[in-house]
Amino acid sequence: MKYTKEHEWLRVEGDLVVVGITEHAAAALGDVVFVELPEVETMMAEGDEVCVIESVKAASDILAPVDGQIVAVNDKLTEAPGLVNEDPTGAAWFFKMKLDDLSVLDQFMDEDEYNELIG
Amino acid sequence: MSDLLRLGLHDLHLGLGGKMVPFAGYDMPVQYPAGVMAEHLHTRTRAGLFDVSHMGQVILRPKTDMETLALAFERLMPMDVLGLAAGRQRYGLLTNDQGGILDDLMFANRGDHLFVVVNAACKAQDIAHLTQHLSDVAEVQPVERGLLALQGPLAETALAALVPGVAAMRFMDQGIFGWQGGELWISRSGYTGEDGFEISVSHAQALDLAQALLAQPDVMPIGLGARDSLRLEAGLCLYGHDIDETTSPVEAGLTWAIQKARRAGGARAGGFAGDTRILHELENGPERLRVGLAPQTRAPMREHVPLFATDGTPIGEVTSGGFGPSLNAPIAMGYVARAHADIGTDLEGEVRGKRLPVTVAALPFIPATFKR
Repeated sequence: MKYTKEHEWLRVEGDLVVVGITEHAAAALGDVVFVELPEVETMMAEGDEVCVIESVKAASDILAPVDGQIVAVNDKLTEAPGLVNEDPTGAAWFFKMKLDDLSVLDQFMDEDEYNELIG
Repeated sequence: MSDLLRLGLHDLHLGLGGKMVPFAGYDMPVQYPAGVMAEHLHTRTRAGLFDVSHMGQVILRPKTDMETLALAFERLMPMDVLGLAAGRQRYGLLTNDQGGILDDLMFANRGDHLFVVVNAACKAQDIAHLTQHLSDVAEVQPVERGLLALQGPLAETALAALVPGVAAMRFMDQGIFGWQGGELWISRSGYTGEDGFEISVSHAQALDLAQALLAQPDVMPIGLGARDSLRLEAGLCLYGHDIDETTSPVEAGLTWAIQKARRAGGARAGGFAGDTRILHELENGPERLRVGLAPQTRAPMREHVPLFATDGTPIGEVTSGGFGPSLNAPIAMGYVARAHADIGTDLEGEVRGKRLPVTVAALPFIPATFKR
Protein backbone atom coordinates (compact mmCIF):
# COMPACT_ATOMS: atom_id res chain seq x y z
CA MET A 1 0.00 0.00 0.00
CA LYS A 2 1.18 3.52 -0.86
CA TYR A 3 -0.04 6.80 0.57
CA THR A 4 -0.35 10.37 -0.73
CA LYS A 5 0.00 13.61 1.17
CA GLU A 6 -3.71 14.12 0.46
CA HIS A 7 -4.43 11.09 2.69
CA GLU A 8 -5.34 8.69 -0.10
CA TRP A 9 -4.20 5.08 -0.10
CA LEU A 10 -3.15 3.38 -3.34
CA ARG A 11 -3.20 -0.40 -3.72
CA VAL A 12 -1.90 -2.19 -6.78
CA GLU A 13 -4.24 -4.84 -8.17
CA GLY A 14 -2.76 -6.48 -11.29
CA ASP A 15 -2.15 -3.59 -13.70
CA LEU A 16 -4.62 -1.33 -11.90
CA VAL A 17 -4.34 0.95 -8.89
CA VAL A 18 -7.21 1.04 -6.39
CA VAL A 19 -7.72 4.37 -4.58
CA GLY A 20 -9.41 5.17 -1.28
CA ILE A 21 -8.97 7.49 1.68
CA THR A 22 -7.13 6.64 4.88
CA GLU A 23 -8.68 6.05 8.28
CA HIS A 24 -7.09 9.29 9.41
CA ALA A 25 -8.86 11.19 6.59
CA ALA A 26 -12.19 9.46 7.20
CA ALA A 27 -12.05 10.30 10.90
CA ALA A 28 -11.18 13.92 10.14
CA LEU A 29 -14.09 14.25 7.70
CA GLY A 30 -16.62 12.85 10.14
CA ASP A 31 -19.84 11.14 9.08
CA VAL A 32 -19.82 10.90 5.28
CA VAL A 33 -23.30 11.46 3.82
CA PHE A 34 -22.67 11.82 0.09
CA VAL A 35 -20.16 10.53 -2.43
CA GLU A 36 -19.98 11.54 -6.07
CA LEU A 37 -18.01 9.17 -8.29
CA PRO A 38 -16.50 9.77 -11.73
CA GLU A 39 -17.72 8.21 -14.97
CA VAL A 40 -15.97 4.99 -15.89
CA GLU A 41 -13.53 5.44 -18.81
CA THR A 42 -12.80 9.10 -17.94
CA MET A 43 -9.17 10.07 -18.53
CA MET A 44 -7.77 11.87 -15.49
CA ALA A 45 -4.68 14.01 -15.17
CA GLU A 46 -2.80 14.23 -11.89
CA GLY A 47 -4.56 16.73 -9.63
CA ASP A 48 -7.96 16.50 -11.37
CA GLU A 49 -10.95 16.32 -9.06
CA VAL A 50 -12.13 12.72 -9.28
CA CYS A 51 -14.63 12.34 -6.43
CA VAL A 52 -16.56 14.56 -4.08
CA ILE A 53 -17.03 13.48 -0.48
CA GLU A 54 -19.45 15.35 1.73
CA SER A 55 -19.72 14.88 5.46
CA VAL A 56 -22.38 16.44 7.68
CA LYS A 57 -19.91 19.27 8.18
CA ALA A 58 -18.34 20.00 4.81
CA ALA A 59 -17.47 18.98 1.25
CA SER A 60 -14.04 17.83 0.10
CA ASP A 61 -12.48 16.25 -2.98
CA ILE A 62 -10.38 13.30 -3.95
CA LEU A 63 -7.82 14.34 -6.54
CA ALA A 64 -6.28 12.03 -9.11
CA PRO A 65 -2.90 11.02 -7.63
CA VAL A 66 -1.43 10.36 -11.09
CA ASP A 67 -2.49 10.41 -14.76
CA GLY A 68 -4.65 7.50 -15.83
CA GLN A 69 -8.02 6.17 -16.90
CA ILE A 70 -10.89 5.36 -14.54
CA VAL A 71 -11.84 1.73 -15.20
CA ALA A 72 -14.12 1.00 -12.24
CA VAL A 73 -15.97 2.89 -9.51
CA ASN A 74 -17.45 1.62 -6.25
CA ASP A 75 -21.18 2.25 -6.72
CA LYS A 76 -21.86 0.94 -3.20
CA LEU A 77 -20.61 4.27 -1.85
CA THR A 78 -23.40 6.16 -3.60
CA GLU A 79 -25.97 4.00 -1.80
CA ALA A 80 -24.11 3.72 1.49
CA PRO A 81 -21.69 6.64 1.93
CA GLY A 82 -21.28 5.66 5.61
CA LEU A 83 -19.03 2.80 4.43
CA VAL A 84 -16.29 5.42 4.15
CA ASN A 85 -16.31 5.72 7.95
CA GLU A 86 -16.91 2.04 8.65
CA ASP A 87 -14.28 0.48 6.42
CA PRO A 88 -12.19 3.19 4.73
CA THR A 89 -9.30 0.95 3.70
CA GLY A 90 -11.41 -2.05 2.64
CA ALA A 91 -15.00 -1.96 1.38
CA ALA A 92 -14.89 1.79 0.81
CA TRP A 93 -12.49 1.93 -2.13
CA PHE A 94 -13.52 4.76 -4.48
CA PHE A 95 -12.17 3.96 -7.97
CA LYS A 96 -9.69 1.89 -9.94
CA MET A 97 -7.34 3.51 -12.43
CA LYS A 98 -5.31 2.07 -15.26
CA LEU A 99 -1.86 3.61 -15.50
CA ASP A 100 0.63 3.47 -18.32
CA ASP A 101 3.40 2.64 -15.94
CA LEU A 102 2.87 1.49 -12.35
CA SER A 103 6.37 2.62 -11.38
CA VAL A 104 5.04 6.18 -11.00
CA LEU A 105 3.65 4.93 -7.66
CA ASP A 106 7.19 4.65 -6.30
CA GLN A 107 7.13 8.39 -5.53
CA PHE A 108 4.47 7.93 -2.82
CA MET A 109 4.93 7.20 0.87
CA ASP A 110 4.96 3.76 2.39
CA GLU A 111 3.05 3.04 5.57
CA ASP A 112 5.82 4.08 7.95
CA GLU A 113 6.35 7.36 6.15
CA TYR A 114 2.62 8.05 6.16
CA ASN A 115 2.28 7.28 9.85
CA GLU A 116 5.09 9.73 10.48
CA LEU A 117 3.21 12.39 8.49
CA ILE A 118 0.01 12.05 10.50
CA GLY A 119 1.78 11.25 13.78
CA MET B 1 -5.12 30.30 17.74
CA SER B 2 -3.57 32.20 20.63
CA ASP B 3 -6.10 35.02 20.50
CA LEU B 4 -9.12 32.70 20.63
CA LEU B 5 -11.15 33.08 23.78
CA ARG B 6 -11.61 30.03 25.96
CA LEU B 7 -14.85 28.87 27.43
CA GLY B 8 -15.00 28.41 31.19
CA LEU B 9 -15.53 24.70 30.52
CA HIS B 10 -12.62 24.39 28.08
CA ASP B 11 -10.89 21.65 30.08
CA LEU B 12 -14.13 19.70 30.40
CA HIS B 13 -14.53 19.73 26.61
CA LEU B 14 -10.97 18.51 26.13
CA GLY B 15 -11.52 15.81 28.74
CA LEU B 16 -14.65 14.66 26.91
CA GLY B 17 -12.61 14.34 23.71
CA GLY B 18 -14.08 17.45 22.07
CA LYS B 19 -12.58 18.46 18.74
CA MET B 20 -12.01 22.19 19.10
CA VAL B 21 -12.52 24.72 16.29
CA PRO B 22 -12.62 28.52 16.18
CA PHE B 23 -16.17 29.91 16.25
CA ALA B 24 -17.19 33.54 16.85
CA GLY B 25 -13.78 34.22 18.39
CA TYR B 26 -13.98 31.23 20.76
CA ASP B 27 -12.26 27.86 20.79
CA MET B 28 -15.35 25.64 20.73
CA PRO B 29 -16.10 21.90 20.53
CA VAL B 30 -17.46 21.09 17.06
CA GLN B 31 -18.01 17.45 18.01
CA TYR B 32 -17.10 14.81 20.55
CA PRO B 33 -15.95 11.26 19.75
CA ALA B 34 -19.52 10.09 19.02
CA GLY B 35 -19.59 12.37 15.97
CA VAL B 36 -22.10 14.84 14.55
CA MET B 37 -24.58 12.24 13.32
CA ALA B 38 -24.81 10.33 16.60
CA GLU B 39 -24.92 13.55 18.64
CA HIS B 40 -27.74 14.90 16.49
CA LEU B 41 -29.83 11.73 16.75
CA HIS B 42 -29.17 11.46 20.49
CA THR B 43 -30.55 14.97 21.01
CA ARG B 44 -33.71 14.09 19.04
CA THR B 45 -34.32 10.88 21.01
CA ARG B 46 -32.77 11.48 24.46
CA ALA B 47 -31.02 14.62 25.71
CA GLY B 48 -28.01 16.65 24.63
CA LEU B 49 -25.95 19.12 26.63
CA PHE B 50 -24.55 22.13 24.76
CA ASP B 51 -22.10 24.68 26.11
CA VAL B 52 -23.24 27.99 24.66
CA SER B 53 -21.35 30.18 27.10
CA HIS B 54 -19.96 32.17 24.17
CA MET B 55 -23.33 33.89 23.83
CA GLY B 56 -23.88 37.34 25.33
CA GLN B 57 -26.03 37.77 28.43
CA VAL B 58 -27.21 41.23 29.35
CA ILE B 59 -29.43 42.65 32.07
CA LEU B 60 -31.42 45.79 31.31
CA ARG B 61 -32.29 47.32 34.66
CA PRO B 62 -34.77 50.22 34.47
CA LYS B 63 -33.71 53.54 35.97
CA THR B 64 -37.33 54.50 36.67
CA ASP B 65 -39.85 51.77 35.83
CA MET B 66 -40.30 48.72 33.60
CA GLU B 67 -42.89 50.38 31.38
CA THR B 68 -40.49 53.17 30.39
CA LEU B 69 -37.80 50.59 29.62
CA ALA B 70 -40.19 48.39 27.64
CA LEU B 71 -41.33 51.33 25.51
CA ALA B 72 -37.73 52.39 24.84
CA PHE B 73 -36.77 48.81 23.88
CA GLU B 74 -39.77 48.70 21.53
CA ARG B 75 -38.12 51.47 19.49
CA LEU B 76 -35.29 49.03 18.67
CA MET B 77 -37.40 45.96 17.85
CA PRO B 78 -40.76 45.30 16.15
CA MET B 79 -41.74 43.22 19.21
CA ASP B 80 -44.33 43.68 21.92
CA VAL B 81 -42.08 44.18 24.95
CA LEU B 82 -44.66 45.95 27.09
CA GLY B 83 -47.10 43.04 26.83
CA LEU B 84 -44.60 40.40 27.92
CA ALA B 85 -45.64 39.04 31.30
CA ALA B 86 -43.21 38.57 34.17
CA GLY B 87 -41.62 35.13 34.02
CA ARG B 88 -41.98 34.92 30.24
CA GLN B 89 -39.47 35.11 27.40
CA ARG B 90 -39.82 36.18 23.76
CA TYR B 91 -37.79 35.99 20.55
CA GLY B 92 -36.69 39.44 19.42
CA LEU B 93 -35.00 41.10 16.45
CA LEU B 94 -32.90 44.25 16.71
CA THR B 95 -33.56 46.12 13.48
CA ASN B 96 -31.70 48.92 11.72
CA ASP B 97 -33.27 51.98 10.07
CA GLN B 98 -33.42 50.15 6.73
CA GLY B 99 -35.46 47.35 8.28
CA GLY B 100 -32.56 44.88 8.24
CA ILE B 101 -31.69 42.70 11.22
CA LEU B 102 -28.79 43.67 13.50
CA ASP B 103 -29.17 40.53 15.61
CA ASP B 104 -31.74 38.07 16.87
CA LEU B 105 -32.07 37.52 20.59
CA MET B 106 -34.18 36.25 23.46
CA PHE B 107 -35.54 38.67 26.03
CA ALA B 108 -37.22 37.78 29.30
CA ASN B 109 -39.27 39.82 31.72
CA ARG B 110 -37.90 39.09 35.19
CA GLY B 111 -40.28 41.33 37.09
CA ASP B 112 -38.04 44.28 37.87
CA HIS B 113 -35.67 44.00 34.90
CA LEU B 114 -35.23 42.43 31.46
CA PHE B 115 -32.72 39.66 30.75
CA VAL B 116 -31.43 39.41 27.18
CA VAL B 117 -29.36 36.72 25.44
CA VAL B 118 -27.65 37.69 22.17
CA ASN B 119 -25.39 36.03 19.61
CA ALA B 120 -21.69 35.72 20.42
CA ALA B 121 -20.51 37.30 17.17
CA CYS B 122 -22.77 40.32 17.73
CA LYS B 123 -22.48 40.84 21.45
CA ALA B 124 -20.05 43.78 21.45
CA GLN B 125 -22.09 45.68 18.85
CA ASP B 126 -25.35 44.76 20.57
CA ILE B 127 -24.18 46.02 23.94
CA ALA B 128 -22.98 49.26 22.30
CA HIS B 129 -26.32 49.58 20.49
CA LEU B 130 -28.37 48.93 23.64
CA THR B 131 -26.19 51.30 25.65
CA GLN B 132 -26.51 54.04 23.04
CA HIS B 133 -30.30 53.79 22.84
CA LEU B 134 -31.36 52.69 26.30
CA SER B 135 -28.90 54.25 28.74
CA ASP B 136 -31.29 57.12 29.51
CA VAL B 137 -33.83 54.66 30.86
CA ALA B 138 -31.81 51.63 31.91
CA GLU B 139 -28.50 50.32 33.16
CA VAL B 140 -27.14 48.03 30.43
CA GLN B 141 -25.25 45.39 32.39
CA PRO B 142 -23.35 42.62 30.58
CA VAL B 143 -23.47 39.50 32.73
CA GLU B 144 -20.45 37.22 33.06
CA ARG B 145 -21.99 33.79 33.46
CA GLY B 146 -21.89 30.47 31.70
CA LEU B 147 -24.79 29.27 29.54
CA LEU B 148 -25.71 25.63 29.04
CA ALA B 149 -28.52 24.24 26.89
CA LEU B 150 -30.12 20.89 27.64
CA GLN B 151 -32.26 19.76 24.73
CA GLY B 152 -34.29 16.72 23.79
CA PRO B 153 -37.27 14.65 24.94
CA LEU B 154 -35.49 13.55 28.14
CA ALA B 155 -34.21 17.04 29.01
CA GLU B 156 -37.00 17.61 31.51
CA THR B 157 -36.31 14.35 33.33
CA ALA B 158 -32.59 15.05 33.52
CA LEU B 159 -32.84 18.66 34.70
CA ALA B 160 -35.76 17.98 37.06
CA ALA B 161 -33.55 15.44 38.86
CA LEU B 162 -31.42 18.43 39.93
CA VAL B 163 -34.03 21.20 39.91
CA PRO B 164 -37.50 19.68 40.39
CA GLY B 165 -39.29 23.00 39.75
CA VAL B 166 -38.46 23.00 36.05
CA ALA B 167 -40.98 20.26 35.32
CA ALA B 168 -43.79 22.79 35.76
CA MET B 169 -42.33 25.25 33.22
CA ARG B 170 -43.93 25.73 29.82
CA PHE B 171 -42.24 26.69 26.56
CA MET B 172 -40.74 30.21 26.91
CA ASP B 173 -41.17 30.40 30.68
CA GLN B 174 -38.17 31.95 32.43
CA GLY B 175 -37.33 31.70 36.10
CA ILE B 176 -34.65 31.81 38.77
CA PHE B 177 -34.05 28.55 40.64
CA GLY B 178 -31.77 27.81 43.57
CA TRP B 179 -29.16 25.07 43.14
CA GLN B 180 -26.43 24.16 45.63
CA GLY B 181 -26.44 27.62 47.13
CA GLY B 182 -26.32 29.44 43.79
CA GLU B 183 -28.83 30.69 41.25
CA LEU B 184 -29.71 29.08 37.94
CA TRP B 185 -31.56 31.32 35.47
CA ILE B 186 -33.57 28.84 33.46
CA SER B 187 -35.78 29.25 30.41
CA ARG B 188 -37.70 26.49 28.67
CA SER B 189 -36.44 27.14 25.16
CA GLY B 190 -33.67 26.22 22.78
CA TYR B 191 -32.27 26.08 19.28
CA THR B 192 -32.97 22.50 18.23
CA GLY B 193 -36.75 22.28 17.75
CA GLU B 194 -36.86 19.95 20.76
CA ASP B 195 -38.26 20.59 24.19
CA GLY B 196 -35.49 21.72 26.47
CA PHE B 197 -33.91 24.35 28.65
CA GLU B 198 -31.30 27.08 28.53
CA ILE B 199 -29.55 27.53 31.86
CA SER B 200 -27.49 30.55 32.83
CA VAL B 201 -25.11 29.55 35.61
CA SER B 202 -22.33 31.33 37.49
CA HIS B 203 -18.85 30.48 36.24
CA ALA B 204 -18.14 29.11 39.72
CA GLN B 205 -20.94 26.53 39.40
CA ALA B 206 -20.78 25.84 35.67
CA LEU B 207 -18.47 22.84 35.87
CA ASP B 208 -20.45 21.23 38.71
CA LEU B 209 -23.69 21.75 36.84
CA ALA B 210 -22.34 20.41 33.54
CA GLN B 211 -20.96 17.33 35.29
CA ALA B 212 -24.17 16.78 37.25
CA LEU B 213 -26.17 16.90 34.01
CA LEU B 214 -23.74 14.65 32.14
CA ALA B 215 -24.05 12.17 35.02
CA GLN B 216 -27.79 11.84 34.37
CA PRO B 217 -28.80 8.83 32.30
CA ASP B 218 -29.26 9.63 28.62
CA VAL B 219 -27.40 12.97 28.64
CA MET B 220 -24.55 13.31 26.16
CA PRO B 221 -22.36 16.33 25.28
CA ILE B 222 -23.17 17.84 21.88
CA GLY B 223 -20.90 20.00 19.74
CA LEU B 224 -21.47 22.86 17.33
CA GLY B 225 -21.75 20.51 14.34
CA ALA B 226 -24.94 18.89 15.61
CA ARG B 227 -26.16 22.20 16.96
CA ASP B 228 -26.13 23.45 13.38
CA SER B 229 -27.82 20.40 11.82
CA LEU B 230 -30.46 20.40 14.59
CA ARG B 231 -31.33 24.08 14.13
CA LEU B 232 -31.38 23.64 10.34
CA GLU B 233 -33.91 20.80 10.59
CA ALA B 234 -35.89 22.99 13.00
CA GLY B 235 -35.94 25.77 10.37
CA LEU B 236 -34.25 28.24 12.73
CA CYS B 237 -32.13 31.12 11.44
CA LEU B 238 -28.40 31.41 12.00
CA TYR B 239 -27.45 35.07 12.28
CA GLY B 240 -24.92 36.19 9.67
CA HIS B 241 -26.11 33.48 7.31
CA ASP B 242 -29.92 33.27 7.09
CA ILE B 243 -30.51 36.74 8.49
CA ASP B 244 -28.31 39.83 8.49
CA GLU B 245 -28.40 43.62 8.12
CA THR B 246 -29.88 43.34 4.61
CA THR B 247 -32.69 40.87 5.32
CA SER B 248 -35.89 42.13 6.88
CA PRO B 249 -37.91 40.13 9.42
CA VAL B 250 -40.69 39.75 6.84
CA GLU B 251 -38.36 38.42 4.14
CA ALA B 252 -36.92 36.05 6.72
CA GLY B 253 -40.37 34.62 7.40
CA LEU B 254 -40.22 35.82 11.00
CA THR B 255 -43.52 37.69 10.96
CA TRP B 256 -44.77 35.34 13.70
CA ALA B 257 -42.35 37.18 15.99
CA ILE B 258 -43.98 40.56 15.26
CA GLN B 259 -46.93 40.81 17.62
CA LYS B 260 -50.21 42.50 16.66
CA ALA B 261 -49.54 45.49 18.92
CA ARG B 262 -46.69 46.60 16.64
CA ARG B 263 -48.45 46.06 13.32
CA ALA B 264 -50.73 48.44 11.40
CA GLY B 265 -53.84 48.97 13.49
CA GLY B 266 -52.14 47.71 16.67
CA ALA B 267 -51.96 49.58 19.97
CA ARG B 268 -48.35 50.66 19.34
CA ALA B 269 -48.06 50.20 15.58
CA GLY B 270 -44.69 51.12 14.08
CA GLY B 271 -42.32 53.36 16.00
CA PHE B 272 -39.41 50.90 15.68
CA ALA B 273 -36.22 51.06 13.64
CA GLY B 274 -36.99 50.16 10.03
CA ASP B 275 -40.75 50.41 10.52
CA THR B 276 -41.39 51.93 7.07
CA ARG B 277 -40.03 48.91 5.20
CA ILE B 278 -41.25 46.31 7.65
CA LEU B 279 -44.85 47.59 7.82
CA HIS B 280 -44.87 47.98 4.02
CA GLU B 281 -43.70 44.38 3.57
CA LEU B 282 -46.24 43.11 6.11
CA GLU B 283 -48.96 44.82 4.08
CA ASN B 284 -47.77 44.03 0.55
CA GLY B 285 -45.51 41.03 0.93
CA PRO B 286 -41.72 41.11 0.52
CA GLU B 287 -39.86 40.79 -2.77
CA ARG B 288 -38.07 37.66 -1.61
CA LEU B 289 -38.70 35.11 1.10
CA ARG B 290 -36.70 32.65 3.16
CA VAL B 291 -37.89 29.16 2.30
CA GLY B 292 -37.05 25.57 3.12
CA LEU B 293 -35.34 23.66 0.31
CA ALA B 294 -35.35 19.92 -0.28
CA PRO B 295 -32.62 18.91 -2.75
CA GLN B 296 -33.96 16.12 -4.95
CA THR B 297 -30.64 14.30 -5.27
CA ARG B 298 -28.37 13.14 -2.44
CA ALA B 299 -25.96 16.03 -3.02
CA PRO B 300 -26.15 18.59 -0.19
CA MET B 301 -26.66 22.21 -1.26
CA ARG B 302 -24.63 24.42 1.02
CA GLU B 303 -24.47 28.15 1.72
CA HIS B 304 -24.11 30.33 -1.43
CA VAL B 305 -25.39 27.67 -3.85
CA PRO B 306 -27.15 29.81 -6.50
CA LEU B 307 -30.82 28.99 -7.17
CA PHE B 308 -32.61 29.16 -10.51
CA ALA B 309 -36.15 28.80 -11.80
CA THR B 310 -36.56 25.78 -14.09
CA ASP B 311 -36.31 28.17 -17.06
CA GLY B 312 -32.81 29.15 -15.91
CA THR B 313 -33.65 32.56 -14.42
CA PRO B 314 -31.55 33.30 -11.29
CA ILE B 315 -33.99 33.69 -8.40
CA GLY B 316 -31.98 33.37 -5.18
CA GLU B 317 -29.35 31.66 -3.09
CA VAL B 318 -28.96 29.05 -0.36
CA THR B 319 -28.08 30.64 3.00
CA SER B 320 -27.72 27.45 5.11
CA GLY B 321 -27.54 23.92 3.90
CA GLY B 322 -26.23 20.50 4.64
CA PHE B 323 -27.52 17.15 5.69
CA GLY B 324 -30.42 16.45 8.03
CA PRO B 325 -29.52 13.33 10.05
CA SER B 326 -33.10 12.84 11.30
CA LEU B 327 -34.40 13.02 7.73
CA ASN B 328 -31.46 11.10 6.29
CA ALA B 329 -31.51 13.58 3.42
CA PRO B 330 -29.92 16.84 2.38
CA ILE B 331 -31.81 19.96 3.47
CA ALA B 332 -31.27 23.68 3.04
CA MET B 333 -32.85 27.07 3.38
CA GLY B 334 -32.38 30.18 1.35
CA TYR B 335 -33.99 33.25 -0.17
CA VAL B 336 -36.00 33.11 -3.39
CA ALA B 337 -38.06 35.65 -5.31
CA ARG B 338 -41.60 35.62 -3.97
CA ALA B 339 -43.10 34.22 -7.20
CA HIS B 340 -41.02 31.08 -6.61
CA ALA B 341 -41.56 30.72 -2.87
CA ASP B 342 -44.66 28.50 -2.77
CA ILE B 343 -44.19 25.11 -1.16
CA GLY B 344 -43.70 22.48 -3.84
CA THR B 345 -42.16 24.84 -6.41
CA ASP B 346 -39.48 23.08 -8.44
CA LEU B 347 -36.18 24.96 -8.69
CA GLU B 348 -32.59 24.18 -9.55
CA GLY B 349 -29.45 24.71 -7.48
CA GLU B 350 -25.99 24.84 -9.01
CA VAL B 351 -23.58 22.48 -7.26
CA ARG B 352 -20.03 22.25 -8.66
CA GLY B 353 -21.19 23.57 -12.04
CA LYS B 354 -24.19 21.25 -12.33
CA ARG B 355 -27.82 22.32 -12.05
CA LEU B 356 -29.58 19.87 -9.73
CA PRO B 357 -33.30 19.74 -8.89
CA VAL B 358 -34.48 21.18 -5.57
CA THR B 359 -38.01 21.75 -4.29
CA VAL B 360 -39.35 24.46 -2.00
CA ALA B 361 -40.31 22.72 1.26
CA ALA B 362 -42.23 23.68 4.38
CA LEU B 363 -40.28 24.83 7.45
CA PRO B 364 -39.53 23.38 9.89
CA PHE B 365 -38.36 20.13 8.33
CA ILE B 366 -38.92 18.39 11.68
CA PRO B 367 -41.99 19.40 13.70
CA ALA B 368 -41.14 21.14 16.97
CA THR B 369 -41.94 19.28 20.19
CA PHE B 370 -42.16 22.22 22.58
CA LYS B 371 -44.12 21.83 25.80
CA ARG B 372 -46.71 24.57 25.35
